[in-house]
Amino acid sequence: MFIPHSPSEREAMLAAVGVKKIEDLFEAVPEARRFPKLDIHSGLSEMETSAQLKEMAGANFSLEDASSFLGAGAYRHYIPAAIDNLISRGEFYTAYTPYQPEIAQGTLQAIFEYQSLIARLTGMDVSNASHYSGATACAEAGILAYHHYRGKRKKILVSAGLNLRYQDVMRTYLEEFDGTHIETPATETLAEINPGRLAGLVDDDTALVMVQYPDFFGQVYDFTALAEAVHSKGALFCVSVNPIALGLLKTPGEMGADIVVGEGQPLGIPISLGGPYLGLFATRKELVRKMAGRIAGETVDSRGQRGYVLTLTAREQHIRRDKATSNICTNQGLTALTAAIYLSLLGKEGLRSVARLCYDRAHYAAEKIAAIPGFKVLNSGSFFHEFVVSCPNPVADLNEHLLYHNILGGYDLSKDFASLASLENAMLVAVTEMNSKEDIDEFCHMLAGGDHDHHHE
Amino acid sequence: MTTITNEQLTIFELSSPGRVGFRFPESDVPAAALDPALERAELPLPELSELDVVRHFTHLSQLNHAIDLGFYPLGSCTMKYNPKICEQTARYPGFAQLHPEQPIETIQGALLLIYDLQETLQQISGFTASSLTPAAGAQGEFCGVKMIAAYHADRNDMRRKVMLIPDSAHGTNPATSVMCGFTVKPVLTDARGNIDLETLAALCNDELAGIMITNPNTLGLFDENIEKVLEMVHQAGGLVYGDGANMNALLGVVKPAELGFDVMHFNLHKTFATPHGGGGPGSGPVLCNETLAPFLPGPVAAILEPATEELPPLYGWHTPEKTIGRVGSFAGHFGMLVRAYTYILLQGSDGLRQVAEHACLNANYLMHALKDAYPLPYDRTCMHEFVVDVKWKDAPEVRALDVAKRLIDYKFHPPTNYFPLIVHEALMIEPTETESKQTLDAFIEAMLAIAKEAREDPEVLHTAPHNAPFGRFDEVKAAKDLKLTA
Repeated sequence: MFIPHSPSEREAMLAAVGVKKIEDLFEAVPEARRFPKLDIHSGLSEMETSAQLKEMAGANFSLEDASSFLGAGAYRHYIPAAIDNLISRGEFYTAYTPYQPEIAQGTLQAIFEYQSLIARLTGMDVSNASHYSGATACAEAGILAYHHYRGKRKKILVSAGLNLRYQDVMRTYLEEFDGTHIETPATETLAEINPGRLAGLVDDDTALVMVQYPDFFGQVYDFTALAEAVHSKGALFCVSVNPIALGLLKTPGEMGADIVVGEGQPLGIPISLGGPYLGLFATRKELVRKMAGRIAGETVDSRGQRGYVLTLTAREQHIRRDKATSNICTNQGLTALTAAIYLSLLGKEGLRSVARLCYDRAHYAAEKIAAIPGFKVLNSGSFFHEFVVSCPNPVADLNEHLLYHNILGGYDLSKDFASLASLENAMLVAVTEMNSKEDIDEFCHMLAGGDHDHHHE
Repeated sequence: MTTITNEQLTIFELSSPGRVGFRFPESDVPAAALDPALERAELPLPELSELDVVRHFTHLSQLNHAIDLGFYPLGSCTMKYNPKICEQTARYPGFAQLHPEQPIETIQGALLLIYDLQETLQQISGFTASSLTPAAGAQGEFCGVKMIAAYHADRNDMRRKVMLIPDSAHGTNPATSVMCGFTVKPVLTDARGNIDLETLAALCNDELAGIMITNPNTLGLFDENIEKVLEMVHQAGGLVYGDGANMNALLGVVKPAELGFDVMHFNLHKTFATPHGGGGPGSGPVLCNETLAPFLPGPVAAILEPATEELPPLYGWHTPEKTIGRVGSFAGHFGMLVRAYTYILLQGSDGLRQVAEHACLNANYLMHALKDAYPLPYDRTCMHEFVVDVKWKDAPEVRALDVAKRLIDYKFHPPTNYFPLIVHEALMIEPTETESKQTLDAFIEAMLAIAKEAREDPEVLHTAPHNAPFGRFDEVKAAKDLKLTA
């Protein structure tokens, strides 16, 4: 199927090479180890393969058939039809990193436009061509800060509102790296996760202060004063964002951020069980040479035509080797392209309206849930499209009941936040433009114990 | 004077105030209050119609070379054909529309796929444990080396801080070792393109943490002393990391674990045909033996409850006990795992071996046809790729870059150039198994024509490409005048 050689062509080629049979090409491989038996199935036809995969896919409960209030770092949004059509063009998805700019201007200009869109969205000067995910972009921010202070500042101060998974990945990359340590203030309540408290913990050993906006619990704060406090100690300030929220909310750039990272998945990328997603990374122009990852820059060709190339490659692993800023090799080409198309298509008007829809429906849902006896919304200040609900029963039980009615309930916070007494029986509820008023009303009806009869079946 | 064609206008230059490309439904709930201090004043995004956007990105796509358009012999990147069915299966709603935090009972089909892919990759490589979470080759490599660091730390063997890297290695290897806290020492290559045993012996001491080996190496050669090399490192107490970038040559030919490798990453976007996407997303699963299994990054798919007579097994997530930690928010690039799994189902055990055999046949066929015109730094049977050195006495001013750029005029993507670093004017050619004899013959003809041009009209090479939509770019200007946004 995918090997085009006819028997006679193969014979002719073997003769040209000067061997009798194809196995003779492998004489450098130790004979005792050569051609082991692979204990796997025989090849299937395309018809059999697609049938088998359809069956496996059918064994999953797809969001297509559900009403979902699950977020916690991955969000269901509508993906306009034009996006998949464009990214399915072989010219885009069967190309590789644009090493030869003369025949890769499509990819290069798309990266340049992606960089421009992300810079504008976050209010920063520059963006790179992307990292793997929001989580690894956080780790790269830590690595940038480490290099910025040449390893002399050892502390990375992380808000307890930063997604725990991002904190985990930062630890994998940075904890104990040349004495670096990651500090998260002990927290007992949601209200304690505020910028004022963090400001008091910044010291002269701090390289980076890392917050999330909106934070993991949906809370939204103005970080302007915190950014000033961080800068007064000479440290760098990084904000991890949800890009959809920036359709509505003040930019981290305006608040004084030095680095903006984020999970780009909400920008038209399928939720796909957690990947592939997109790591956003933007910064101020003073830090651009310390930023890891690919960057496209504008230039001209020998005929005077405007075009783009990968630039500042002297920072990268294939040139700098053991002195590189990171080992990252590629970007997330196709998902970055996806985000660029999404932002171009929605534009000024569309991004604002989707952000507004998320915001309004989330607030409608919060108000409605707070009115159910036994339920309480724990967020006291502003929030975007996610909020924490204190429930009268364990979230696992509630979610089982909801699932029976084809509703995926919110994220069970007691799984990861057992130490926070206030989060016992707490659910993190996410609402996007995909949750209509009718869905929200039904969700509330079920939370209130509606149709609670299946346990007797 | 800089010229810009209409096709090349940016989305910002095409923007027209008031134009709308996508409309969301009217809100069905009351508008909620928002603190004006938190609201953004300006949203400087472009304003385009759907057709504006579709034409713009379609035009851009037409400026790319791609596998679907033609031969792409980019050494070390394995630019093979990406079967269309894999794109279709990854988009099934039962895969593409799953939330990563869904209860495991609702994603049993997906967990089965991940579990089965883990088992299959283990069977192909001979390793006994795996994690599919790494997002790309460079991250899989980071995991493998970090696991070696964790292994020595777990045994309190803190002197082991030296990671050996052959001078033919991928550029990511040294950067990765430093990120994991190691000091890098190079190992030389001998006259046959193998790891030099003498330099290696001198470095095998109690500071040795391990060695990073790409085999076949970046010269496309299978190391003839591989078992000896691994034995020497193991005897000194070091572990061996295998860079799986060149696994396409080994499918069904040899299992790396049986040669003695301790840990290795695979590139699903090379060996298992998931598309390169213009530079990602990739996927870089890491596999290892029993010794290193407790250190794997999590989560991995596992059987939580074995099958009974009535019920299939219950699949779920498992975090290895001494894990190096997470390397992503969730469980890796699931969309790429579906594509690779689909590809392996299509190939089966015989198909996979044929992949390696024909990848090597194609490379050797090209090498034999070209070696009189293009000197080989190491003249012996290659695996799936080979390196030529563009060094001609009668055309001394012609460089590898010139040949590469001239190939564009013949409608071929240039091979990888100036890599590996030990060959000064290197062109690294990897045809892959999916290219036909006709394509290879046309490429040979072009390469021979260029070698002739190098003597007769070298200027045409220095100024190439001539028939591409763009000429050579001013890279110095790009770095000096730094313009990174529109």
